Amino acid sequence: MAADIILDVRNLKKTYSAQAGIFAGAALGAGGPRAGAAVDGVSFEVARGETLGIVGESGCGKTTLARMLLRLIEPDEGAIEFRGENFLAARGGKLRALRRRIQMVFQDPAGSLNSRMRVESIVGEPLVIHEPHLAASQRRARVLEALGSVGLDAGALNRFPHEFSGGQRQRIGIARALILRPDVVVGDEPVSALDVSVGAQILELLIRLQSELNLTYIFISHTLPVVAQLATRVAVMRAGKFVEIGDAAKVLSHPENAYTQALLDAVPEIPA
Amino acid sequence: MNSHYDGTMSALLEVRDLTIELPTERGWVRPVNGVSFELAEGETLGVVGESGSGKTMLALALMGLEPPGARRSGNALLRARGAASNNGNAAANLSGANDTIDLLAIPGREMRALRGRDIAMIFQEPMTALNPVMRIGAQIEEAIRVHEPKCSREEARRRAIDALARAAVPEPQLRASQYPHQLSGGLRQRALIAMALSAGPRLLIADEPTTALDVTVQKQILELLVRLQRELGLAMIFITHDLGVVAQVAQRVAVMYAGRIVEEGPTRDVLRAPRHPYTAGLLRAALRIERGTLHPIPGTVPALDALPPGCAFAPRCEWRRAECEAAVPELRAASPAHRARCVLVAAQTEAVGAHSGTP
Repeated sequence: MAADIILDVRNLKKTYSAQAGIFAGAALGAGGPRAGAAVDGVSFEVARGETLGIVGESGCGKTTLARMLLRLIEPDEGAIEFRGENFLAARGGKLRALRRRIQMVFQDPAGSLNSRMRVESIVGEPLVIHEPHLAASQRRARVLEALGSVGLDAGALNRFPHEFSGGQRQRIGIARALILRPDVVVGDEPVSALDVSVGAQILELLIRLQSELNLTYIFISHTLPVVAQLATRVAVMRAGKFVEIGDAAKVLSHPENAYTQALLDAVPEIPA
Repeated sequence: MNSHYDGTMSALLEVRDLTIELPTERGWVRPVNGVSFELAEGETLGVVGESGSGKTMLALALMGLEPPGARRSGNALLRARGAASNNGNAAANLSGANDTIDLLAIPGREMRALRGRDIAMIFQEPMTALNPVMRIGAQIEEAIRVHEPKCSREEARRRAIDALARAAVPEPQLRASQYPHQLSGGLRQRALIAMALSAGPRLLIADEPTTALDVTVQKQILELLVRLQRELGLAMIFITHDLGVVAQVAQRVAVMYAGRIVEEGPTRDVLRAPRHPYTAGLLRAALRIERGTLHPIPGTVPALDALPPGCAFAPRCEWRRAECEAAVPELRAASPAHRARCVLVAAQTEAVGAHSGTP
């Protein structure tokens, strides 16, 4: 590969054990983690500046995979090489230094923003942790810069998340993810809680930010049309495994896997 | 096609100038504002809109489930059971008021009797609509026996299992004995559909019934609803934000924005040749499986307590003119069956979608 590989994931696995206890049987119904691996041997590379879209239905393991990429969940097996370093072995200051380079945008902006903090504190908090030497005035300048990049201004600083619409809240979540100037942004269903017209605005913002800031995206969604807007490569995930991965145009127009085809066929189409 | 409301049938449901007002700290707001439409027997009306458009409040008001403290006005006339369905029937016309029930005027006791028996509703998240500590079968039996107290336990049990089977729930006997958490999301929605249809309603209100489901499951549920509707001759109000879903299920569509219907007509006409700029914008904003096809609608939905004096969409509209800001436009006929609340309808004959994008 000639491309500059920023993230190299090898044979990642995670199994949730069904605990013995009064709810042991209940968890095996719908919704709860199934017996067997949530992520079952996933490998892929991501080149700098590209967007890998990962698509799959509920329970396929895509959120577990996303969280392992940030080490919010520790994998049972496998390796993650990030910027040429062993991410899973990193500890202490080394881990902190790597972690700030990879940030996440969550599905539900209402649930991922602390409702009792003002926007300035929410967006500025990563700086308190990762750049504690900054003076308050410098921190505020960085917060304003991040808010500006997502289309919000100083008027937002002293307000609380509930004072904003869903789309604006997601902009705040994106500003928080960008304030440390990361290399990689992992988006876990960042527009699926939003209305059609607002979701399209957020996707447009993400595309603009990617080219302005030279970001690498890993974009996770349950719907192909959302993934199709951003992805240069698409991986289709089912039961913990990638059933297909390849160039976006090819996977979305000439899929090799029957499940990918079924996902494409199930998208409700607006007649032309 | 023959199930279109064409003016010669009397409607199963006729909603006239329905307005719901809710109290807020800054005064009364109108989540539903002067909504009128008709629904024929066996017809599906798709109600499309984004959050805050009033589509869910409209559904709740028809069920008599609007929040406490709400003020409501207008009429929602449901044809009484057994009333003749043809205007040509002079006797039926003469009997007048006895033929219809105004859902907004009847007392709560009558509404409770009607709910489930005549009008049923299914919701976005079946888990919150089902009782988590009650077996599926028992919940459906309860829905049946509430309306038919004389129905025996055995009879109710048999009918509950039949209802599950009709909703294409595999192994209905086993599923009836299980609890909601033991079912997948798709099966739960099927169980909810079975329950909603168990007392034999004539009108089903479906509020985003597939939004929380995976696409492959969504497809199955939509096919099931369309089949059941045809088999049972159900009328349906199908609420969704997804124009692709509307295209699959509804013969007619009403687009709502800030509490009002802004466009209404045969689904095919509205989707192919929208006459309101908001509908055209929604169509362009709908995601296609193709890179570089993003066309968001600029701006945001106005807050209900800060609506502009004229057309609520005017601040976001690229065809805005002075008259749009002066007064709320009336619904104007673009064709006998197709209306849009836009001043452009009189001024031009082409669809607004045709003006955009193409050089």
